[in-house]
Amino acid sequence: MIPASFEYRRAGSVEEALGWLSEDPDSTKLLAGGHSLLPLMKLRLATPGVLVDVGRVPGLSYVRDAGDHVAIGALTRHRDLEISEVARASVPLLAHVAGQVGDPQVRHRGTIGGSLAHGDPASDLPAAVLALDATLVADGPRGRREIAADDFFRGFLETALEPDEMLTEIRVRKAPSGWAFQKFNRRAQDWAIVGVAAVLDGDPRVALVNMGSTTLRARGTEEALAAGADPTDAAARAADGLEPSSDLHASAEYRRHLATVLVRRALVEAAATRG
Amino acid sequence: MSATVLEGHGTAGVVGTRMLRREDPALLSGEARFVHDLVVPGALHMAVVRSPYAHARITSVDVSVALGMPGVVAALTGADLAGEWASPMPCAWPVTADMQSPEHLPVALREACYVGDAVAVVLAGSQAEAQDAAAAVAVDYEELPAAVDLEDAARDGVLAHLDAPSNRAYTWELIPDPEAVRRAFDDAAVTVKERYVQQRLIPAAMEPRGVCVVPQPFGGEYVVYSSTQIPHILRTMLGMTAGVPEERIRVIAPSVGGGFGSKLDVYAEELLCLALARRLRRPVRWSEERSEAAQATIHGRGQVQDIELAADADGRVKAVRVHLLADMGAYLQLVTPGVPILGAFLYHGTYDVPAYSFTCTGVFTNKTPTDAYRGAGRPEATYAIERAMDALARKLGMDPAELRRRNFIGADKFPYSSVAGLVFDSGDYEAALDKALGLVGYEALRQEQAQRRSDGATKLLGVGLSSYVEMCGLAPSRVLASLHYVAGGWETATVRMLPTGKVQVVTGATPHGQGHVTSWSMIVADKLGVPPDDVEVLHSDTGLSPLGLDTYGSRSLSVGGTAIALAADRLVDKARLLAAYRLEAAPEDLELSDGQFAVRGTPSTGIGIGTLAFEAFTAHDLPEGMEPNLEASATYDPTNFTFPFGTHVAVVEVDTETGRVDLVRYVGVDDCGNQINPLIVDGQVHGGIAQGVAQALYEEASYDERGNLLTTTLADYLVPAASDLPSFTLGRTVTPSPSNPLGVKGVGEAGTIASTPAVVNAVVDALSHLGVEDLEMPVTPERVWRSIGAAAPVPGGAR
Ligand SMILES: Cc1cc2nc3c(=O)[nH]c(=O)nc-3n(C[C@H](O)[C@H](O)[C@H](O)COP(=O)(O)OP(=O)(O)OC[C@H]3O[C@@H](n4cnc5c(N)ncnc54)[C@H](O)[C@@H]3O)c2cc1C
Repeated sequence: MIPASFEYRRAGSVEEALGWLSEDPDSTKLLAGGHSLLPLMKLRLATPGVLVDVGRVPGLSYVRDAGDHVAIGALTRHRDLEISEVARASVPLLAHVAGQVGDPQVRHRGTIGGSLAHGDPASDLPAAVLALDATLVADGPRGRREIAADDFFRGFLETALEPDEMLTEIRVRKAPSGWAFQKFNRRAQDWAIVGVAAVLDGDPRVALVNMGSTTLRARGTEEALAAGADPTDAAARAADGLEPSSDLHASAEYRRHLATVLVRRALVEAAATRG
Repeated sequence: MSATVLEGHGTAGVVGTRMLRREDPALLSGEARFVHDLVVPGALHMAVVRSPYAHARITSVDVSVALGMPGVVAALTGADLAGEWASPMPCAWPVTADMQSPEHLPVALREACYVGDAVAVVLAGSQAEAQDAAAAVAVDYEELPAAVDLEDAARDGVLAHLDAPSNRAYTWELIPDPEAVRRAFDDAAVTVKERYVQQRLIPAAMEPRGVCVVPQPFGGEYVVYSSTQIPHILRTMLGMTAGVPEERIRVIAPSVGGGFGSKLDVYAEELLCLALARRLRRPVRWSEERSEAAQATIHGRGQVQDIELAADADGRVKAVRVHLLADMGAYLQLVTPGVPILGAFLYHGTYDVPAYSFTCTGVFTNKTPTDAYRGAGRPEATYAIERAMDALARKLGMDPAELRRRNFIGADKFPYSSVAGLVFDSGDYEAALDKALGLVGYEALRQEQAQRRSDGATKLLGVGLSSYVEMCGLAPSRVLASLHYVAGGWETATVRMLPTGKVQVVTGATPHGQGHVTSWSMIVADKLGVPPDDVEVLHSDTGLSPLGLDTYGSRSLSVGGTAIALAADRLVDKARLLAAYRLEAAPEDLELSDGQFAVRGTPSTGIGIGTLAFEAFTAHDLPEGMEPNLEASATYDPTNFTFPFGTHVAVVEVDTETGRVDLVRYVGVDDCGNQINPLIVDGQVHGGIAQGVAQALYEEASYDERGNLLTTTLADYLVPAASDLPSFTLGRTVTPSPSNPLGVKGVGEAGTIASTPAVVNAVVDALSHLGVEDLEMPVTPERVWRSIGAAAPVPGGAR
């Protein structure tokens, strides 16, 4: 429970953080809310030599109406997203999901940027962002680039971010209705055994939590919906082609079953919010 | 619900009121100090190198790299330390004369017998340095086959200890009349035969363990700070095991953040800190990490229970036959073998059963040792009988409440001599059942359940009952002797008034979350007629309370509280003599009211007990032969156990599509005799229910087939939080115990004992029409989902 020793630096700006990061990208880690990184360090599963604390970098915590989309600063904490008026009005899915993460302590420390950059398939916000067809903005030594959510989640704890890049903004399309989130867990504070984020406005998008090595879409369901299937039939294909893991809390078989039930419930609920 | 107010000398007594806990401001503000908070200059930090194998021969331990690391002062192997021990680690409960107990040293010498068994220690200037160096100790292991599964281990498939003749620790029997049991089963109209598995549980106290031993500069004394429930027992055992004269050891338990039995033990780390402080003449401390606690602090439960009931056609139970396999783990800790025996007498539960057979075999496995965990033996017993009663009800097609009613020991039968040889002090089991059924609205729930079933709802309703009786107030010393326990069961107390009229209570009971300070000050306040805030309670320090037997087994109030009440009575007797002398009256004419002694009928000319305390202190003018000071002591050895009881009802909703179980309502009606502080009783019951629900639905110490513990973090070991539980509806009946002058019974374990079977019965009840008869604990959503898939629906959908 005591991490290996490391050097701690507190960045005052994105530029400063990027500068330090570029000195030795492979053994330097950004520290945002610390609620994914520090547990790994305490178990000595991560042993970065340098921690660059971006937690106090000004200007990166916001939820803004940007006309055709909503822009969210990477350092926005889950709790701030949960109670944001802009999010509640324009992307209620995101506000709702932020309120389902962990417990109050976690929600007051963890950031959306950290949650996405961590790349954990069991996390909730990545699925919401994927369902919302988001664009992720990263800054780095080679400048700024925009990454589609579809290209962002690559594998277990693996994203499209380069080690010397920092995620700075998340842009999501507005989806005031036609959404739903289903989270199935053992305890209220737990990670999802399986979760589902569904957005039905526009092309229906259904993203899954913990149904594989990364956050992914229920392509089978989406295809069925596009072909006009009803929720039950579309949901029956939720786990098509997916290989979730087996662990202490659930077998792969059970996860596949849960996905079909939860996707059906999400589709029915999302349709209901559309009125 | 009204508590009988205890007989006191004050007019407006506080006993029976919901006084807020005096402990809480310090705990809630962070002012309370736990072992880890103690600032001890110059202390060395100990880290323990632990076996990563369930069973292995230790072929070599190389500490040379560790010794060269920053801050390291010493790195020692089992062999280096072997000379420190006067005897192996203690087990105080040899339940049979032929019990096997493998040698258990604080640091293993040749063989590591569970994941977490200590193989070396490192001492360094900081905890981080010690841990870094511990990781650098190179141990060569030769992995050996491990005895992991309890039933396999019982067949000696793999031996848990290389040199042991078998894995059997002992077999213990209680079969008063074998012939009667045989006859009852031969003649039975209905029998049930059930097998239940009590999974292992990790106690997971909020504060893990911690030890700090400070050698005193002169006189060769050691102050041992430990997060323990048993400073007194610990002092004696440390002295015996480490070869330190007992009077040289002072054990202090500062604030202790929970124990649930897991700190009712003598641990390797306590012995190591003492021996290393002796060896290096420096303070040595150790704070347990959460993952370490999962492996190195005892586990609870771990039994396979076979239970059979024989009943007549009306459902009257004529015999209970039980056989247990009890998982001892790798070694016998302080009371490991006795835990199943604490339940052995209670497998007939609240029912009037004429024939009884109980056998238990204790078995070694290559897993963390088990020992007492909240309820210790009694939750297991209650689980088995209450699950089996529901199985019998299903077989008879009878309502489970009705079956219980038919079998209860009648209120007119107390004191009741049980078939297992106990005398149940007092009880009215049907009253508690009726109250619980009324509070939960039983009939309406049954109707709703039927309605949902016929509607084909995917959210089914289940109602589960559990009527329990437990034996508390450990324990009459003579009874302990008959069970081969090596200590007594008394408790001792001193009550003294200081010159300013303030009061000190010294007790041998050792609180670790129970609110003793509040309860003891309430008892004494009423006895002496002083405000409770004027009563200071000194505890948990063998320097202040040299004698005592500490806190476990819901004993503190019925044994320790009684000693305090008796001491207070003695103090009042002395004060009365002094008052009589001052008032020139006969002692028997004096009345103590609101802290004033006065001749009955003339209250205006009295004398205050505080004034008397001052006069007893100055001793300027005392009656001939009276010793100075107002102080009295008492030691109380109970004549019998106490037998709290009650009925709990759990209401669950089961989602048949996902297998999810939601505990939607919970009613607990408990009878713990008289209540000193009903608020504290509520708190004890709340925590107890949460812990029992945890066993039913959430918690399990899971091992893989090689004996690796898989649940070493609180992300994997699912301790439920308040957000996972409904608001509990509590009710109470009050049947005072005749076994002690306070009429109290104890309530620390009741909630845990009652709730586990209530919840599992409720889930099975929800699914019984589908043919589900049993669910393994913890009842996870996946298990429920699989059981629904596997079960064959009951024709006609019978309950
Ligand atoms: C008890 C507990 C329960 C939890 N339960 C849940 C849950 O139910 N659902 C859920 O989704 N999550 C849960 N979490 C995780 C929580 O949401 C984390 O806060 C979040 O996953 C990570 O955000 P953070 O700001 O804390 O990131 P950090 O821990 O600071 O960082 C995580 C990783 O992202 C990197 N990083 C951080 N910010 C950036 C950035 N701007 N650009 C590039 N890289 C960056 C870091 O270098 C690190 O590798 C839980 C955590 C805990 C401790």
